Amino acid sequence: MTTSDSPVQEDELHAFVDGELPPERREFVAAWLTANPEQAVLVAGWQAQAEAIRVRYGSVSDEPVPAKLKLEALLRGERNGRWRWLAGAAAAALVAFFVGGAAGWMAASAAAPASSGSLTADALEAHRLYVVEMRHPVEVPGSERAHMTQWLSKRLGYQQRIPDLQTLGLTLVGGRLLPGPSGAAAFYMYEGRGGERFTLYCAKAMKPDSAPRFKVGANYAAYTWIDGKAAYVLSGPDDRDRLKQVSEAVYDQVNKPPANM
Amino acid sequence: MPTFRQKVEAQVPALRRYARALTRDRDNADDLVQDTLVRALRSEHLFQGDDVRGWLYTILTNLNRNRLRSLARRPPLMPIEDNDAPDFAGPESGSRDISRALGQLANEQRETLLLVVLEGLSYREVATIQGVPIGTVMSRLARARQQIRAYLDGERPALRRVK
Repeated sequence: MTTSDSPVQEDELHAFVDGELPPERREFVAAWLTANPEQAVLVAGWQAQAEAIRVRYGSVSDEPVPAKLKLEALLRGERNGRWRWLAGAAAAALVAFFVGGAAGWMAASAAAPASSGSLTADALEAHRLYVVEMRHPVEVPGSERAHMTQWLSKRLGYQQRIPDLQTLGLTLVGGRLLPGPSGAAAFYMYEGRGGERFTLYCAKAMKPDSAPRFKVGANYAAYTWIDGKAAYVLSGPDDRDRLKQVSEAVYDQVNKPPANM
Repeated sequence: MPTFRQKVEAQVPALRRYARALTRDRDNADDLVQDTLVRALRSEHLFQGDDVRGWLYTILTNLNRNRLRSLARRPPLMPIEDNDAPDFAGPESGSRDISRALGQLANEQRETLLLVVLEGLSYREVATIQGVPIGTVMSRLARARQQIRAYLDGERPALRRVK
């Protein structure tokens, strides 16, 4: 440790390590270090830390950039007006999935299992948990839509709009209240004639806004987007076209009238 | 003369690197970069000056702070798994240690250290990005290095060195 009357102060040792010293001062410090082995060990330790960080993360910049981070794709998403949230970037995300390989999300989730801090992770977990449930998939049946809207609006603190997906052949099974990373979350389940189930997870957004993303798990896939103060995750069978169609319908309905709260 | 978008595009690999080290999670990192790019493209008309790189690092740094704040607002019983756990990418034996060591740092210290040693930015640039005086950058750097050393040496963080 440097003392207050030392000709070289600790700040300068950091500056030395980080190449912030002018050349002549740099030489002086280098010479001083040879005469002060204890300080030299300290400095060598900092250099080793820096090297370890560069070894660990430096190669990330050599990885091919995933398609979802290509500017053309992001710009296309931005320009698509009303539907920009899903259409553009969803296409980009799909490309990312095929071209960039499943590396991104699947690998990450395989090794770093369901992080409960992530809204999407919570939503997918809920989806996985409840779609297989035959007798008690929901707390409130879809026949009580008005009551459920009122209840969940109150619990989430903003007006819920439970989409009607009958035109797509999907019946509202019902909904339930779930804990989410940002507080209460609403969870709605829909069922098609073939028994396929889609779930919509709604919660207060934790981020200001975000481009939509498409994620694929083992037997299911999801669209996720944040619009204003609400975040949505629509999960369903891994059929991209169908999922996109359902997502568009949900998006249109939850955004149709200006939010009145 | 590269256009604004070309300048942004040129920074994507570096932004991914910084984000990966900041979050130590591939998925979170790329989401962060994507949000950064969306924000940057949307705010192109607001951008002044010529330091696109510094501006992008600033956006990413702030978005990550927002992300951590929302994680912190979680109810205390919720987090069963540590979202900031070291990621899977490191086969080399020493790498887990440095990743974990980064995870121990206060976020601002982690930002400073990574911007300096991984991204190669000057103290002055880091001060601008973090919106603090250079003296603060230097003290964050010093504390970060001290804590990493203590962590790697297996010391308890309570052993504090008085400067």
